[in-house]
Amino acid sequence: MPRIALLFFTATLLVSSQLQAAGPSASVLAGTCATCHGIDGKNAGSIPTIGGMDMQHLKEALLAFKSDERKGTIMNRITKGYTDKEIDAVARFLATRK
Amino acid sequence: MTLSRRRFTTLTGAAVVAPAIGLGRSASAAGARVVIIGGGFGGATAARYIKRWDPAIEVTLIEPATTFVTCPFSNLVLGGVKKIGDITHSYDGLVGLGVKVIHARAESINTEKKWVHLPNEQIAKYDRLIVSPGIDFRWGEIEGYDEAASRLAPHAWKAGVQTVLLREQLQAMPDGGTFVISPPGNPFRCPPGPAERISMVAHYFKTSKPKSKILVLDPKGGFSKEGLFTAAWKELYPGMIDYRKTEDGKVVRVDAENRTLHTEFDAIKGDVVNFIPPQYAAAIARDAGLADASGWCPVDQKDFSSTLAKNVYVIGDASVASPMPKSGFSANNQGKVVAAAVVSNLQGREVADPKLANTCYSFVAPDYGISVSAVYRLANGKLEAVDGAGGLSPKEAGMRQRQLEASYAEGWYRSITDEMFA
Repeated sequence: MPRIALLFFTATLLVSSQLQAAGPSASVLAGTCATCHGIDGKNAGSIPTIGGMDMQHLKEALLAFKSDERKGTIMNRITKGYTDKEIDAVARFLATRK
Repeated sequence: MTLSRRRFTTLTGAAVVAPAIGLGRSASAAGARVVIIGGGFGGATAARYIKRWDPAIEVTLIEPATTFVTCPFSNLVLGGVKKIGDITHSYDGLVGLGVKVIHARAESINTEKKWVHLPNEQIAKYDRLIVSPGIDFRWGEIEGYDEAASRLAPHAWKAGVQTVLLREQLQAMPDGGTFVISPPGNPFRCPPGPAERISMVAHYFKTSKPKSKILVLDPKGGFSKEGLFTAAWKELYPGMIDYRKTEDGKVVRVDAENRTLHTEFDAIKGDVVNFIPPQYAAAIARDAGLADASGWCPVDQKDFSSTLAKNVYVIGDASVASPMPKSGFSANNQGKVVAAAVVSNLQGREVADPKLANTCYSFVAPDYGISVSAVYRLANGKLEAVDGAGGLSPKEAGMRQRQLEASYAEGWYRSITDEMFA
């Protein structure tokens, strides 16, 4: 029963976010990451791969850049442009890019 | 219960198939035709993402060149750090994604009939048109500088033969010679580009022709990342660069044959002269009535649709996307935003507000990178840089940070060109 309830809840969330279309969708938001981190966050070059990362881990890293608890090169400057909700959506999306 | 369960399955499936818009296969705009003019940072990226978000949409890319030479990293070719082949890319990857690539020059656009004229009476019909043709030079606006003059005093502001020409001139220049470079007034393609070029030429001189000098004639009062560049120049290339601004840097006449630039007060002869002329949107966009009196194409910054023609979108350097700079990164991000907007629009769905970013990396030396970045959101129908975000590499950063940024610039180049061509 709890499992079914969760499914229902998730479905409702998805449906409502689909109808709103107010903010940018997660994949368009994450499209910005791809410009440096590669398609689906996977780059074979010098920039860290973020596609397929654990959602919680990625979200915490992004929030730590935003609050300057973690020091990077440009990520401190970039993350400050995003709301915590947008960061959550990006992390959630990139975590699915296995 | 059954209903919600079925919904859940459909939507989860959709998240994998068409994540951009978050909808099911049934919503595909199958058979809709999108034509894209220009296979650069904007157009090639838009092509990939439309195919990714709705593979059933027919995407045609019109681009005369059979290979694309990137302006980003072309300064590294001038500095002898990279070869022209390193920055030359093929369109085969896009063809592999199902994009129809036509290597021809788009001759004109009929926005009433919704078609693009190609050579030999051919036409490409569209439901939505994305115009991403980049810039043209305003030949003759500065007296004496036309296309013929550019073969003597290259602009090298469209990469390819011009890059190679300028590189060859620098190589042929004797040690102790002077390289004169003149950037244009605003707005122009790649605001930090001239200072990066000065840096790369300085690097080449330092390592191969140490007695040589660089003279800059800039009509502007300042330039992008000025503090970071000038501090680094002092450290890396002391005494080599003479940077003249405003009236002292304003070129009024070019004498390409004598490699001489005239200001109001002076005639400056160089051994190699790099004159970067003023610019506007490429002719195909202006001739189709997509540009205003400024020479650039106004757009609704929510979705980059033209404010002057229906079913037409303009992205990249040709568009008025300010406060976004005219950069490859900007065009790439706009390519994704326009792809999402066009797919949503063709599928009859509401277009989401955009969120964009830009980062311009510059090399001051091969192992010394700096950057400027910004994040943009829509407010009252216009893009604005998000307060408190973005900005420059820290002034006080150490060499480790500069090396990392140089290495990340390489990573960025690989990623962005993969997005266009892989």
